[in-house]
Amino acid sequence: MSDQAYNFAYLDEQTKRMIRRAILKGVAVPGYQVPFASREMPMPYGWGTGGVQVTAACLTPDDTLKVIDQGADDTTNAVSIRKFFQRTAGVAVTEATADATLIQTRHRIPEAALTTGQILVYQVPIPEPLRFLEPRETETRKMHELEEYGLIHVKLYEDIARHGTIATSYAYPVKVEGRYVMDPSPIPKFDNPKLSNSPALQLFGAGREQRIYALPPFTHVVSLDFDDHPFEPSKAPHDCDLCGAGESYLDEVITDDQGGRMFVCSDTDFCRTRCEAGHLGALGVPVLKGGA
Amino acid sequence: MGAVDLSIWAKVNADKPLLSVQGLSKNYGSRIGCADVSFDLFPGEVLGIVGESGSGKSTLLSCLAGHLAPDTGRVIFETAQGPRDTVTMVEAERRKMARTDWAFVHQNPRDGLRMGVSAGGNVGERLMAVGARHYGDIRATAVDWLGRVEIAADRIDDRPRAFSGGMQQRLQIARNLVTAPRLVFMDEPTGGLDVSVQARLLDLLRGLVREMGLSAIIVTHDLAVVRLLADRLMVMKGGHVVEQGLTDQVLDDPQHSYTQLLVSSVLQV
Repeated sequence: MSDQAYNFAYLDEQTKRMIRRAILKGVAVPGYQVPFASREMPMPYGWGTGGVQVTAACLTPDDTLKVIDQGADDTTNAVSIRKFFQRTAGVAVTEATADATLIQTRHRIPEAALTTGQILVYQVPIPEPLRFLEPRETETRKMHELEEYGLIHVKLYEDIARHGTIATSYAYPVKVEGRYVMDPSPIPKFDNPKLSNSPALQLFGAGREQRIYALPPFTHVVSLDFDDHPFEPSKAPHDCDLCGAGESYLDEVITDDQGGRMFVCSDTDFCRTRCEAGHLGALGVPVLKGGA
Repeated sequence: MGAVDLSIWAKVNADKPLLSVQGLSKNYGSRIGCADVSFDLFPGEVLGIVGESGSGKSTLLSCLAGHLAPDTGRVIFETAQGPRDTVTMVEAERRKMARTDWAFVHQNPRDGLRMGVSAGGNVGERLMAVGARHYGDIRATAVDWLGRVEIAADRIDDRPRAFSGGMQQRLQIARNLVTAPRLVFMDEPTGGLDVSVQARLLDLLRGLVREMGLSAIIVTHDLAVVRLLADRLMVMKGGHVVEQGLTDQVLDDPQHSYTQLLVSSVLQV
């Protein structure tokens, strides 16, 4: 099954060692962006080259890998990366969150609660939360160093001034253990509370920007806000039309050109598990036991 | 007028200098930036620094404000915890002071403003940098300060790009003064503005300086600006201070040949 032309998990051992050192440093200083020598990967930037390198450095032959893209297991990005590691590492793969030991994710945290021993790897496009306010990298580094984070509130201020409420709905800035301000990658702010106190190890890899950062298990993470405009995780005010879940993050799916639409769980594994357990949403079809 | 004066003098401790500069020098390689500059600035005092282009005015100001590290000399600032040398201070402290006790007004408002952020956000940034976390309060303060620099409150959500040059400069001043600094550095605050706008800006600055009891160091090549604003004057040439004294004294009775040249060069209308 494994492609013998490549080392286990594609990257050579020295590279994996270098990445592991960056990961260890990231874990030691939660929220701090550790520079690392990002390699060219056989996929374009923006497809998760950072996440893939972190995953490659963490994988062992005994691992069970799950890859999700915006919550889904069956979209291009997820399928490609899963196949990539099936081929180059020969590891077991799964779609069930609970069965996975390592989950690479693009912009979602699974609905099912993570457990101790699991690793969640995020793909990060722009790791610097201050980037769009302060273009100079030297200056943002200095601001992190000296804990000068007034600027990040200017962004939230602008949101309220323009929209009447904090309109940032993804990549919502957080403060880690009262020290570093961190970009949690473009996860919806609905997922922000799950960052905090998670029993799983959370690793963030930005390939193009060559940064790795981490949240060790049970790290305290606070979403930034104003006293009179507190942080609110938001989702579409609907239940899932397939499984009827009221508490999961939903995707809006356009079904025809007459304005027809449905809301479905963005986490496909979560939705399928519920459907198989007999839950039914407004537009759902009962699942036949033994597969349809 | 008398009541206003009283409130200023009640605030300041006129015995001790707010800023004491001793033997400050900065070279760029073998070229002199500024050499052996010493002066004291007392609370509530406005010091003007004049001189031609390349005379070291801006180098001196940058050294004082901590943007450049001087080669030798001491810059002693009277902090709330007593006098401190800002040259040897750790950077974190110096930057903290730069956003609380100090303010820096750039010649070009684009250098001092965040052009992509609304006027309110620009004014609020320093407040948020020192820990303000209540949106309503920040906004109220921003509205108040826009009013004080004569910008209509309904422009609060406009970006500085939509402002005229004079308005941008006034916005920059509001943004800097919102945390009630004690010392303001100004680098050609009226440069690039037409004369009527200059006059309004100077009027505004004079009012704010008097009202808040600010100390200020103003670098300019415009003698009219220092005549209006400055209590004391320092004339620089080739990196050296060639003459200093009370503004009126220096301008009306210049002693050094360069000062005489400078004063006589002003066009009379």
